[in-house]
Amino acid sequence: MADNNFDLVVVGAGPGGYVAAIRAAQLGMKTAVVEREHLGGVCLNWGCIPTKALLRSSEIYHLLHHLDEFGFSADNIKFDTKKIVKRSRNVADQLSKGVAHLLKKNKITVIDGAAKLAGKGKLTVENAGKKVADIGAKHIILATGARARDLPNIKADGKLIWSYKEAMVPEAVPKSLLVIGSGAIGMEFASFFGQLGSDVTVVEILDRILPVEDEEISAVALKSFQKQGMKIHTGASVDAVKTGKNNVTASIKQKDGKTESLTVDRVILAVGITGNVENIGLEEAGIKVDRGHVVVNQWLETGVPGVYAVGDLVGPPWLAHKASHEGVICVEKIAGLDNVRPLDITNIPGCTYCYPQIASVGFTEAAAKAAGHEVRVGRFPYLGNGKAIALGETEGMIKTVFDTKTGELLGAHMIGAEVTELIQGYGIAKTLETTESELMHTIFAHPTLSEMMHESVLDAYDRVIHF
Amino acid sequence: MPIPITMPALSPTMTEGNLAKWLKAEGDTVTAGDIIAEIETDKATMEVEAVDEGVLAKILINEGTEGVAVNSVIALLLEEGEEDSALDGYQAAALAAAATAAAPAPALSPELVAAPTVPTVTVAEAADGARVKASPLARRMAQQAGVNLANVNGSGPQGRVVRADIEAALGKAPATGSAPAAAAAPVPAQVGVAGGALAPTEIPHTNIRKIIARRLTEAKQQVPHFYLSLDCEVDKLLAMRKELNEKSANEDLGYKISVNDFVIRAAALALRKVPDANVSWTDDVLLKHNVVDVSIAVSIEGGLITPIIRNTDQKGLAAISNEMKELAGRARDGKLLPEEYQGGTFSISNLGMFGIREFAAVINPPQGAILAVGRSEERPVVRDGALAVATMMTVTLSVDHRAVDGALGAQYLAAFRGLIEDPLTMLL
Repeated sequence: MADNNFDLVVVGAGPGGYVAAIRAAQLGMKTAVVEREHLGGVCLNWGCIPTKALLRSSEIYHLLHHLDEFGFSADNIKFDTKKIVKRSRNVADQLSKGVAHLLKKNKITVIDGAAKLAGKGKLTVENAGKKVADIGAKHIILATGARARDLPNIKADGKLIWSYKEAMVPEAVPKSLLVIGSGAIGMEFASFFGQLGSDVTVVEILDRILPVEDEEISAVALKSFQKQGMKIHTGASVDAVKTGKNNVTASIKQKDGKTESLTVDRVILAVGITGNVENIGLEEAGIKVDRGHVVVNQWLETGVPGVYAVGDLVGPPWLAHKASHEGVICVEKIAGLDNVRPLDITNIPGCTYCYPQIASVGFTEAAAKAAGHEVRVGRFPYLGNGKAIALGETEGMIKTVFDTKTGELLGAHMIGAEVTELIQGYGIAKTLETTESELMHTIFAHPTLSEMMHESVLDAYDRVIHF
Repeated sequence: MPIPITMPALSPTMTEGNLAKWLKAEGDTVTAGDIIAEIETDKATMEVEAVDEGVLAKILINEGTEGVAVNSVIALLLEEGEEDSALDGYQAAALAAAATAAAPAPALSPELVAAPTVPTVTVAEAADGARVKASPLARRMAQQAGVNLANVNGSGPQGRVVRADIEAALGKAPATGSAPAAAAAPVPAQVGVAGGALAPTEIPHTNIRKIIARRLTEAKQQVPHFYLSLDCEVDKLLAMRKELNEKSANEDLGYKISVNDFVIRAAALALRKVPDANVSWTDDVLLKHNVVDVSIAVSIEGGLITPIIRNTDQKGLAAISNEMKELAGRARDGKLLPEEYQGGTFSISNLGMFGIREFAAVINPPQGAILAVGRSEERPVVRDGALAVATMMTVTLSVDHRAVDGALGAQYLAAFRGLIEDPLTMLL
């Protein structure tokens, strides 16, 4: 490489890193990205995208089992795990190549290897233990992401006890499965394998599943999963696991203190993630790390001049769109653009692609109250929506939370078909700072699932029409 | 049928106020003329008198409620002999009416429309009718808090006023949500000594403090100030004052004129002489005032307020003096009506009584200038090439450069000094 001096070097090409790099290139910065593994990061290669491909397959399988309802019949419905996995991998590959193309199009230098801070404005890059480059950078954005966390007493071995990575490329669907952790990742895999016929047990240490969601949504989800045949233990923990030849015996400590033994084919460990803070020279540079995450201010500055950090590396919510948005904020602030706004955590939507889907943005009812808001709450069930009934998707609800005094939309919480697409409507409303009045005045097309978003708002003000 | 008691308008421009205190409780008997509640606007506190007789059956707006729209129902009165059940169904209707019926805009008389209108503090819309970009939430919060959106700096796209701007204008820390990692800022700003008995005492902002903070910040941020200072010899003025006051004491004429009263009259007459200095800048046009209304800063508990002597140029020293005393007294008691301190075309701030020699004051928008007056003191002066002693008073004019240029400001001050140094000309 002729000139190894850049205006901006991004370490990590996940959704935080590559988006930051493209934005920087748009703003005229000479930009490079250093990536040690795959362009697109975990999200694109081992997270969001390939799991959506898998879940599409399980959704189709689920529908195939309800053919009769829609007037079809078919015999001998089967699936091929290898083909399902292969499709998922192809989707990931296609998108990773797409990122390579985007970086090239924006004239961003891509350097393969692992970067490490090496003094003010300097980085070294190693590949397979060998130094491959010294880079100079006026600004450095760390976007190294995060990885699955182990438990002190249970570690993923990649064979019988899977992390998300192994769970994504199964050779066969296990007959029985124990999922430890009921966050988004845990419930998506529980849903995927459950729909493909696994006997799924979920263990959650907190008193409800999907604990970041609104309590009512957790309750509706629990009912639905149980109806699908999942066994769910809340307030429970897995004390110990014993791996056999081709199975695992777990001892589950229940809420009531009793211990139960369960033997399953496979275990998926989904108990959260931890930032990739190692081997990037943070300590030597004097960058503060707190509980596995780099500490930054609202402009993503680490406190060491010229070094910034974004995405999973700086902490929850561990979401690709949050990382991308931080990357853009960080770059625009570096470029000195007007009207850069810090991230507002209450405007970040969260989506879980289990069946039924779950999506939310902003305060839960409990969090709103805890923050001192007096609230008005609206609810609308899928059962009251024409389109939902026509689709045969009558399970779910949409809940909205408003501030009584100002009418501010504080939060929206949804469970049911396609809610991961619907949530953007409330996201826009929140970003534009609408009150209940603008939402009420918005004309929602009929017949759509979106009409429920309207009705939920109307319900909060005792004006619901169709229920 | 219950009689609704509505939020009164204390002035033609008032659109809402705070219900400061209920002086009667539910169940109390009320006769016409009884003081039943205290209403607070941004600066004054006023009493609400009952106009009907009966029993205060239901209080609908609790005391301490801010931003109560004029004409909304605040309580229900039952006439003698009426049963409590008469309230059923009525309360809900009254509340709904209160919620939806924003205060009807007070109809302006034709003269008022024709006269240069001066935007007041609490109007929730831009005075010039221009559209202010603001989010719906910001609009509602501004309306509830009585903040004029036109006076709020928008930080959103294209200057759009968003929630955070209203919160900043109200002096609140941004409420929720923004910047999850803000708490972990690498360079934490520490004010004072954190924790324990050494921590600073938090004094909640009063309404008036918030208004002062907002208005003065706006003035300093948006009005390009410049300053002109001048020394005035006041020996003749002091002699004349002594003579006038002795006359009043001997003949019981009922006035005692202060140096400040002379300053007020001189400032007003100088505006008459230099009418181009009696102006207000607005985005569209320059307002040249046809009246001389001088606001005088009065220090009150917890802040300051600027009561106005209307048509100052048409009032004699005794009239100014007595009106000033009366206004200052009511200002300190918090009993001024909004129209008694909102408006004015020019301000005076005098800190001479505190021994201040000279200072520069902050303009009170939309006025174009403010005169800061120092103490009168004996100073060495050079007269005909020799040192002499004279009683001098230094005044500093703060001027809005958009509306008044340096030469014009100087011309005004020269006219002022001419009147002060030769007080007999104030009779002309």
